[in-house]
Amino acid sequence: MIEFLLNGEPLRITDEDPNCTLLDFLRDRLHHTGSKEGCASGDCGACTAALGELDGETIHYKSINTCITPLGNVHGKHLVTVEELKQGQQLHPAQQAMVDCHGSQCGFCTPGFVMSLFVLGRDEISAPDRHRIEESLGGNLCRCTGYRPIIEAAVQMFDPALQAERDPFTEREAEWVKVLQSMNRDQDVELSGGGHHYVAPATSARLAQLLQHYPAARLVAGGTDLALELTQQLCSIDTLIYTGRVREMIGVSETDTHLIIGAAASYNQFGPALTALYPECRELLERLGSRQIRNQGTLGGNIGNASPIGDMPPLLLALGASLRLRGAERVRELPLEQFFLGYKRTALQAGEFIEAILVPRPAPGDSLRVYKISKRFEDDISSSCGAFLLSLDQQIVTRVRVAFGGMDAIPRRALECEQALLGKPLDDVAIAAAMAALARDFTPISDFRASSDYRLQVSQNLLKRLQLELNSPSATLLSRVNQHA
Amino acid sequence: MRNLPETSTPTGTDQQPIKREQISGGVQQSVRHESAERHVSGEALFTDDRAVPAGTLFAYVGLASIARGKILSMDLSRVLAAEGVVSVVTLEDIPGHRDIGPVFPGDPVFADGEVLFHGQPLFAVAATSQTLARRAARLAQVDYEPWPADLTIEQGLAAQSFVRPSHTQRRGDAAAAIAGAPRRLSDRMHIGGQEQMYLEGQVSLACPDEEGGITLYTSNQNPTEVQKLIAEVLAIPISMVTVDMRRMGGGFGGKETNANQWAVIASLLARKTGRAVKVRLARADDMTATGKRHHFVSDYDVGFDDQGLIQGLDMSLSAGCGYSPDLSDAIVDRAMFHADNAYFLPTATITGHRVKTDTVSNTAFRGFGGPQGMVAIECVMDDIARAVGRDPLDVRKDNLYGPEGGRDTTHYGQTIERHILPGLIEQLEQTSDYRQRRQDIAAFNRSQPILRKGLALTPVKFGISFTAQHLNQAGALLHVYTDGSIQLNHGGTEMGQGLFTKVAQIVATVLQVDMARILPTATRTDKVPNTSPTAASSGTDLNGMAARNAAETIKQRLTDFAAEHFQTTSERVRFHNNRVYIAEDQVLSFGELAQLAYLHRISLSATGYYRTPKIYYDREQAQGHPFFYYANGAAVSEVLVDTLTGEYRVTRVDILQDVGQSLNPALDIGQIEGAYIQGMGWLTTEELVWGGDGRLQTNSPASYKIPAIGDTPAEFNVALLADSPNVEATIFHSKAVGEPPLMLSISVWSALRDAIASLADYQLSPRLDTPATPERVLNAINSIKAITTLQQQNRGAS
Repeated sequence: MIEFLLNGEPLRITDEDPNCTLLDFLRDRLHHTGSKEGCASGDCGACTAALGELDGETIHYKSINTCITPLGNVHGKHLVTVEELKQGQQLHPAQQAMVDCHGSQCGFCTPGFVMSLFVLGRDEISAPDRHRIEESLGGNLCRCTGYRPIIEAAVQMFDPALQAERDPFTEREAEWVKVLQSMNRDQDVELSGGGHHYVAPATSARLAQLLQHYPAARLVAGGTDLALELTQQLCSIDTLIYTGRVREMIGVSETDTHLIIGAAASYNQFGPALTALYPECRELLERLGSRQIRNQGTLGGNIGNASPIGDMPPLLLALGASLRLRGAERVRELPLEQFFLGYKRTALQAGEFIEAILVPRPAPGDSLRVYKISKRFEDDISSSCGAFLLSLDQQIVTRVRVAFGGMDAIPRRALECEQALLGKPLDDVAIAAAMAALARDFTPISDFRASSDYRLQVSQNLLKRLQLELNSPSATLLSRVNQHA
Repeated sequence: MRNLPETSTPTGTDQQPIKREQISGGVQQSVRHESAERHVSGEALFTDDRAVPAGTLFAYVGLASIARGKILSMDLSRVLAAEGVVSVVTLEDIPGHRDIGPVFPGDPVFADGEVLFHGQPLFAVAATSQTLARRAARLAQVDYEPWPADLTIEQGLAAQSFVRPSHTQRRGDAAAAIAGAPRRLSDRMHIGGQEQMYLEGQVSLACPDEEGGITLYTSNQNPTEVQKLIAEVLAIPISMVTVDMRRMGGGFGGKETNANQWAVIASLLARKTGRAVKVRLARADDMTATGKRHHFVSDYDVGFDDQGLIQGLDMSLSAGCGYSPDLSDAIVDRAMFHADNAYFLPTATITGHRVKTDTVSNTAFRGFGGPQGMVAIECVMDDIARAVGRDPLDVRKDNLYGPEGGRDTTHYGQTIERHILPGLIEQLEQTSDYRQRRQDIAAFNRSQPILRKGLALTPVKFGISFTAQHLNQAGALLHVYTDGSIQLNHGGTEMGQGLFTKVAQIVATVLQVDMARILPTATRTDKVPNTSPTAASSGTDLNGMAARNAAETIKQRLTDFAAEHFQTTSERVRFHNNRVYIAEDQVLSFGELAQLAYLHRISLSATGYYRTPKIYYDREQAQGHPFFYYANGAAVSEVLVDTLTGEYRVTRVDILQDVGQSLNPALDIGQIEGAYIQGMGWLTTEELVWGGDGRLQTNSPASYKIPAIGDTPAEFNVALLADSPNVEATIFHSKAVGEPPLMLSISVWSALRDAIASLADYQLSPRLDTPATPERVLNAINSIKAITTLQQQNRGAS
């Protein structure tokens, strides 16, 4: 049985296939057809809803793709769909601004945009800048408008004249908080139906136990990748174990030496702490998936998935991060670079899971650069993603870690390239040698994203960009087109 | 709910404000989309949102997994045995026509013994849920004998394999003119295709009626055609099929013919099972099994003088059509009609090849071949400019059609009667500050080691009308009820372009009532029959005119009635601002007059009809007047390119578009902005990639990248050309706006080439096939750097 608030009213589900996505549940079971299916893969945003989670005595809403959210993941949360925004005949400011700015044409993507705008409206007090608007709406595709009127609506919805007299999300928040608190207790949450089973434990110890009990179970965190097996490959998954309630896995903490990121923390949860230590990775975090994906996706998922094109591993490899792996019997720490064994193969043993990711604090004198290359700036998968951590002493490279994603079956370090740079100044000779070394490090594949030649050349050229940026910080802007205004 | 305007009994003082007061929602007002509030609230019902009848089944198709070959056997026993399965249909179950080719045959409902492309439907299965149907459809056991497949245009050309005969338009002796010209260039360009990527995928719900009829709810740009095809496939009269189409979640041409197959399959299964059947394609299958914008190869040979004035052009446009003709004949014709874009070609030979490939059959997409023809000639313009060392804008301006010196006739014989572009370009050049920016950019490029800026102004002259003459007709049906409320119906379909809004504005203006009184209703074949697809930018031109005629008919009846009833003359009866003025002291609200007319047995329902005058094309001679008029516009785009990675951004765009007397400036600007961005996607990030096995690899928005919100240029200035009513008798002297602005995006591609050419001081013209992905841009940069280096070495050696 799972429980959640749907548009302010408690809903209890006792018998439902946990392989059902939230979108299918809304549309097919409840006939709430405001949320649309455009892709069923989390790439278009037409199904966007707001998911409110308890944050102390308040509820924090975030945009999610309902099409790739396993139904069980909403337990103990407040799901707000587009049907709820219009109160009587009164449009919500996000809706009214979209109408006034001619922000809809065919109208199919519109409910999704409205929900992303709704969340933006709750996160901000006044109209944000263009960059923030794009970051919030980058996961909502519109094929009709060209977006200009939607950007205008995102500003206009903050106009005080549009604000409604009564806002149920404020008025009823205290009441809803109590309901959600009553739903969020420490015992397992379970949902069964259609011969499939879903369990959401509250502790690491219990998770380890469950993995022993269900050795074939699949771990699900944000579900942003796993759900594709349900919606695209039409698989059935017998047992799903959700990590998002596990106390030890959802937090972010700091020690003198490390930032410790819970494996089930979403990008938008751990992002601020990571960028506080390493501001240079802000752009990567803003371009990793979309806002909705970053609200759901987790670092543990990105690593555990062991995809050659995950964007966090190159960064974490350059930073020298390690993993805390927990099993029923023991906890161990493993450097990330020993984790990836081969295409989608990892060093995880049976019954083991990633509990946390340990990121070393920056050393004085370290310079970090992370570059992502893709066809489209927002919400695209990298053709190549390079991360460079260098220590320079008297302009000599004294320490260097270079790692790439998209260049091999696993994300990994470029050891020859590192050797070519170590002990050298960042001059044309060393960079040329490092570029040549990179060609020995990697023989990338050709696919629909990029050819082997392009992957290699662009990765080599990133070393030139690195040189330019580190040698003349003022030239940073003039070696990159891909920064928001 | 819709609020009817107040209809209080007016007094004599109403005479005073008659000039000032206007109805709300008349033409030329920036009225919001008629469904805007329903869009934002999620209340607008799309086909998949409708409540389905009890017992509705969900159908799905089984798709071929090879590109070309013979089907040796197809065992569907596992499909039939799968959970939830109720029925299966194959070609053998079809009582009537098995081919649903829209113009020419060649499109079987299911593969007929041979597989024609990877992803071709083989059969369909109906089950109790969408998921069960999809699962079952994957269980078929099919044995193939694979045959070699032609997957590229070059392979098809080499095999001389065509879906339709080639066609040539000739003016004068181009070969002689080119040979005799002071300068000559030739090159080849690959122009990529484009997926429509309507956000709402293909969907149809077929409900069985009495005596074997079907009522179909669907997302389709052409209700009449799908009605006819269902009738033919089921072997029943057309009158037994009713198609209802309220709105599409985007169409862009992808639902002009490519929505039919799914509707036919749903109808077949509805007929077989006696239950309602819904077919809705999952995105990857939608992208795999439906046609796209044609990819082209263009080859040109051009002769010109030292100033860059064209003397002769020989261009061949070879379109990758896929396995069947579909609409390719007309699409390649339109590419040929636009191979001049806005430029006078003193002599020209334009040849269009309809190349057959063993891939999905390509189809309509906003612009319908026009964009491909236009980008081909714009490539020539840039190449000429760099060859003669002039700013491409100057070469473009010199080559424009003009009223002087016999430079006003197209290569297909149509005279350009109105020369709007010279003035429009001049104005845009000023407002965009083109010349100053050109200088600033040159300075920037000289000072920067890595980044390069590019700038380009490109014009658009786009012919308006269906090139198939009989499609240029439309009908409408208007009902006035006794409370003065109105239902409006016509043959056009609403896919987001605002057609229903504009036509309601037109009727509101004619009848002088607020638009809120008028309810646009779903396009239905039982209300207005024998309609044309909503396509060719003609939706408003045709249906707006038909609706106006219907409104005029009712207005005339009411006028005549009022004159007789109130014993005055028709001339004295005036409709204005929701009221009807009969005499100095006699004023009725529109609703009062409707009620009175009803009581006196006056018909308050009327049809309207329209056909476009003036147009003809003699295909044998390749001469004629195929377009009622031309829509014109121009755009200036500026880009910033990273020469290390090939990444780029469009930083500013200025657009000036001629929409005639705009029916709705807000909607027109929305069409222009949206079309520009869609065209930009076509030319930049939207890359279709097929594997060697013929399978589409970019089959989802995860792998096929349409522009996202961050791709919107930071500075995006769009203006409508002022004081430019259409001289032709179009609806309120407006001009079509659906397709023309898509081609404004060619300025982005041209600006990218400009930025790359800066690396060779604009002396070389980089080859840049489309889509110009960062990879292609970097390759172009590599090539131009290599040539420059070689030239320097040669100079050093000599």
